[in-house]
Amino acid sequence: MSLKEKYEIVIGLEVHAELNTKTKIFCGCKNEFGAEANTYVCPNCLGLPGSLPVFNKQVLHHAVKAGLALNCTIAHKSKFDRKNYYYPDLPKAYQISQFDMPIAVKGYLDIVNKQGEKKRLGITRLHMEEDAGKLIHLTKTGQIADAEESLVDYNRGGVPLAEIVSEPDMRSSEDAYLYLSAVKAILKYTNVSDCNMEEGSLRCDANISIRPFGQEKLGVKVEVKNMNSFNNVRKAIDYEVERQMQMAEAGEAIIQETRLWDAGKAKTFSMRGKEGAHDYRYFPEPDLPILETSAEYINTIKAELPELPLQKAERFISQYGLPAYDAGVLTSEIPLADYFEKVAKLSAEPKLSSNWIMGDLLAKMNEAGEADIEKVKVTPEKLAKMLGLIKNATISGKIAKTVFEDMYATGNDPEQIVKEKGLVQITDTKAIEEVIDKVIAANPAIVAEIKGGKVQAMGFMTGQIMKESKGKANPQLVNELLKKKLGV
Amino acid sequence: MELYQQTIEELHKALTEKKIKPKDILDSVYQRVDAVDHKVKAYLLVTKELAYTMAATAEDRLMKNENVTELTGIPIGLKDNMCLEGVPTTCAAKMLAGYRPPYTATVLKKLTAAGAVFTGKLNMDEYAFGSSTENSSFFPTHNPWDLERVPGGSSGGSAAAVSADMCIASLGSDTGGSIKQPASLCSVTGFKPTYGRVSRYGLIAFASSLDQIGPMTKTVRDNAIMLKHIAGADENDSTSAAINIPNYLKDIKTDVKGLRIGLPEEYFIDGIQKEVKEAMQAAIEVYKKLGAQIVKVNLLHTDYAVDVYYVVAPAEASSNLARFDGVQYGLRDTAAQNMIDMYKRSRQQGFGKETKRRIMLGTYVLSSGYYEAYYKKAQKVRALIKQDFDEAFKKVDILLTPTSPTTSFKIGEKSGDPLTMYLSDIFTIAPNLAGLPGMSIPCGFDEKNLPIGMQLLAKPFGEQDIFNAANAFQYATDWHTRRPKI
Repeated sequence: MSLKEKYEIVIGLEVHAELNTKTKIFCGCKNEFGAEANTYVCPNCLGLPGSLPVFNKQVLHHAVKAGLALNCTIAHKSKFDRKNYYYPDLPKAYQISQFDMPIAVKGYLDIVNKQGEKKRLGITRLHMEEDAGKLIHLTKTGQIADAEESLVDYNRGGVPLAEIVSEPDMRSSEDAYLYLSAVKAILKYTNVSDCNMEEGSLRCDANISIRPFGQEKLGVKVEVKNMNSFNNVRKAIDYEVERQMQMAEAGEAIIQETRLWDAGKAKTFSMRGKEGAHDYRYFPEPDLPILETSAEYINTIKAELPELPLQKAERFISQYGLPAYDAGVLTSEIPLADYFEKVAKLSAEPKLSSNWIMGDLLAKMNEAGEADIEKVKVTPEKLAKMLGLIKNATISGKIAKTVFEDMYATGNDPEQIVKEKGLVQITDTKAIEEVIDKVIAANPAIVAEIKGGKVQAMGFMTGQIMKESKGKANPQLVNELLKKKLGV
Repeated sequence: MELYQQTIEELHKALTEKKIKPKDILDSVYQRVDAVDHKVKAYLLVTKELAYTMAATAEDRLMKNENVTELTGIPIGLKDNMCLEGVPTTCAAKMLAGYRPPYTATVLKKLTAAGAVFTGKLNMDEYAFGSSTENSSFFPTHNPWDLERVPGGSSGGSAAAVSADMCIASLGSDTGGSIKQPASLCSVTGFKPTYGRVSRYGLIAFASSLDQIGPMTKTVRDNAIMLKHIAGADENDSTSAAINIPNYLKDIKTDVKGLRIGLPEEYFIDGIQKEVKEAMQAAIEVYKKLGAQIVKVNLLHTDYAVDVYYVVAPAEASSNLARFDGVQYGLRDTAAQNMIDMYKRSRQQGFGKETKRRIMLGTYVLSSGYYEAYYKKAQKVRALIKQDFDEAFKKVDILLTPTSPTTSFKIGEKSGDPLTMYLSDIFTIAPNLAGLPGMSIPCGFDEKNLPIGMQLLAKPFGEQDIFNAANAFQYATDWHTRRPKI
């Protein structure tokens, strides 16, 4: 029995998403990434003596919207608490967060794997809190401990965060990956977060434990931090699970601790000493009143919710007959889904549209490092037009690849490309027959083989004919006519 | 009579009649400061340059008769825990020595808008922790009535300055009695408004759920003028209340016929100084003569108030003071070897003894395992204390109690014994936990000629009721007009 068959993996994720409000959560400073250090600050977000927090209602709007999209119950009464700890990036030495009365609780989201299987994962809570500043350590060795000086940039201090805590419902790193993708898709659909991991607007910590299959009690959990991409989350979980299984097999006790993922070394390391038993001394924030959220307000926000990723994917399956996997990929972001729908409608060829978008277009974008489909020169109209050319046999699928390449680079109209490059498909039987005759004449041995029963060699002949026609001959016609000529 | 001896009302009249200029008042006040502050030590910082600029602005307004308010040209002293942009604001704490805030507290903006003149920053107990001003990191303030005694605290500088005529009025702040108790010990009129009545923005926090800024003045009428100008909802303070502010002075009454005054039994106990008891009795007689109805009431949870306060207030303080860590501003020990060491050493050197005591106490009661037993339980009892008052105010309009169980004590007498010191605020703590408005007004002197004060309480946002009752008393008596001889 392999270890994976022996031990069940239990994973819960804590996702921190920066909310894309205009201003910070407790002051009027701009909430923007990338400005010069310490320019978006004020007495409030610097925690200067005498300053007081004032809650930004747009944060509530975004949190409620995200909570609803994650199928949570929104609390009519919620409050802020102080989480006390010392660190130079936290100017008040406490973080205003929500402890026992979060804004949203008891939600779920569904994930769909490559096989199209659906799984429901619980969400414990979503709460609002302020982000900390950013530390920059001036160090020659790269080690914080050797830093001669450390600088603090408080621009990020006070940026609103939604912390989303899942139930320990995930059973593999793949589940975790799909969960994160689903959370990201939902937060982007609802336009509450940019979810940009590079800019740190989406961060994730994982609680990982293992237990023998059949055991109800959860194993000792290890918290893994510092994973800065979805792929790293997957890798870190796999590493950590393997480490824990090896320990369990060796009879070693797994200790509850926080470990840091080191992407370079592809390992997790204990944060020994730093963590310990942290006592955050939570207590209700006396500077802010209880937050009351009316049913009416919640309903207004409910009405703002767009069609969510999974609903859209299900519609794509039923409306366009797409496979579950395609539907999942195409609905990961609204602009992509919109692009697909336009092409599918204009071309009336949904499956063909999906193939071209998921295959050629996304590959091309990936290659070019382009993340924004709206910036791509191949507009839905142009792609649909090209698909139309394939459909009416003006060009073959193969020729279309050439047309697409050109279109992606130049943004030119597909018909124009076909015309200018002389790529129109040859459907004239006579012209094709001429080519076939030429190829037959050039390959007597193979012709003999085919006639002798080795039908597989037909492929070679077709290839030669297509090559001779510079790819322009209609493949169906070539096949038909060749068969006729060789009498097979 | 010298200008420095006069009230806001009197000076305002003289200013608008163009008999005097703001500069004349300021000259007079600073002359007085120069003459007596070396004995009283109320001022931490005299802001002469700023004051004369403000006086010039006020004069301009008076000349043009534009934007003239009752406070235009009136010299006002400030407790040193209210931020004033560019002016050292220290909380009388070594940790913040030389700290110049980059912004101004809402109350000070309001006073500036009214045309007031800021004379300087007044001494206090470090971070407002104390009842004697002995906990100031810099020096103690002396009671103008007896220089060997304390002025009370924590707003001791604010009380002493008004009492010794070193400003016409001052601002103090009150958490457990820090305006009312020193007002009582120095014989001035001190008001702690309802929690939420005055913005706390820019007030360096002690205990956020209790802190409130209030005026300290020579008369009730001056106090009504001051409160009108500093009260009101503030978009920068989410705990400030958007409740209509009466025109206190215009609406003020001098008669109390039919007014129901409650005497809480629990506040007239053994251990109160004899003369204080007698002064209360005399005050009650004054009110009776004026036609008030005296009613006995009970506030059953009174005994727990000090205990509750010394859980809640230090808990909030421990968190509020965590920001003084040497990172951004204030004292930093540069010899520290690493980050943790920097925190430890900076805080060890920057904080005084009482501050450390309260931080430790607050940290303890918030610690996991103790939170339920102390902090949470204290909040429950706090709710019961508030309920007691709610019930009492169904039967009466005003509650009358002593402000402090004793008159002023000698410097050093209680500073070694924090528990005895904490009891100085035994009568002011409970109403503060309930967020009630409360005023201390002079009502007599003991055998040593030390002032006695009484506390008048009303229901939340019932400030006008207090002004009325207190004003009637000051009409009928002259305790408030007496000044110390220094």
